[in-house]
Amino acid sequence: MVIGVIVALFFAGSPVKKGYDVGDSATDFKLKNVDGRIVSLANYKDAKGFIIVFDCNTCPYSRAYDERIVALSKKYAPQDFPLIAINANDPESSSGDSFDNMVKDARRKGYDFPYLVDETQGVAKAYGATNTPHVFVLIKNRSNLTVAYIGTIDDNARNPSDVKKKYVENAVDALLAGKPVTTTKTRAVGCGIKWKDA
Amino acid sequence: MASTDQPVQIINFWATWCAPCVKELPLLEKLNRERNDVKVTLVSMDMDLDPNPEKVYKFISRKNIQSRVVILNERDPNSWISKIDTSWSGALPATLIINSITGKRRFWERELHEGDLERLMEEVK
Repeated sequence: MVIGVIVALFFAGSPVKKGYDVGDSATDFKLKNVDGRIVSLANYKDAKGFIIVFDCNTCPYSRAYDERIVALSKKYAPQDFPLIAINANDPESSSGDSFDNMVKDARRKGYDFPYLVDETQGVAKAYGATNTPHVFVLIKNRSNLTVAYIGTIDDNARNPSDVKKKYVENAVDALLAGKPVTTTKTRAVGCGIKWKDA
Repeated sequence: MASTDQPVQIINFWATWCAPCVKELPLLEKLNRERNDVKVTLVSMDMDLDPNPEKVYKFISRKNIQSRVVILNERDPNSWISKIDTSWSGALPATLIINSITGKRRFWERELHEGDLERLMEEVK
């Protein structure tokens, strides 16, 4: 009789699926913005929460959502719910995502909110971001930042006028009204984040 | 989809615009060509962004793709992603390997490198 032994092999450096779940506390970060300044969530003393978008320059999914991301910022920043975009793609494997290209892209797309570079990919790993765009909505709970929604922006990447479910807007609207978020987690097909150890 | 003469099904999720997806296609094509017991299906996600499948047809023709290609046209990815595999985040490329005889399956949500497919097929034996 052969006894099968299952050996679990841990590949060093491979992105382990962890990251935040809804209800977890989110950590702050210090990341460089396209204007050269360092940005942290702590800088926003009046913010009620944040819309964190893991984004990039190169993914067609991100490009399809460019305008919608700008619109989210325009809608919610004045309501003390700022949007912050973070690019964690490894520029070595994705040259279109170099810092210089981020600067150009932010200007071209009219980003009037921070577009930060996650150089070590540490923030993307801590949050558990997997593809772009990937949104984490955080709500301030006294001095804590709690994850209230994780996932995609809406249910139709290719046609904004055909959208039926505006996942992020519904989540933020609920939070601002002090109501529970109905859909707290969604998934979307998209470009995987370009990890350094892929 | 399963048949006894092709017990191993490899379902790869890709798109013409996804560079790492396109890069790994030769590995899938090679397997499809060399192994009679393996059936490769390439599921294109192109229609998620472009309602016109012409780009996919042109790609298949230009690259002389021999594996079966299916173009997915489903709205609201969130409603079906977990049906493919509960662990799938939706990131491309992704490959599902099913052995219809053993009933075992493996889901690989990373780029395929030389040797990966063979190793994954061993794991579902």
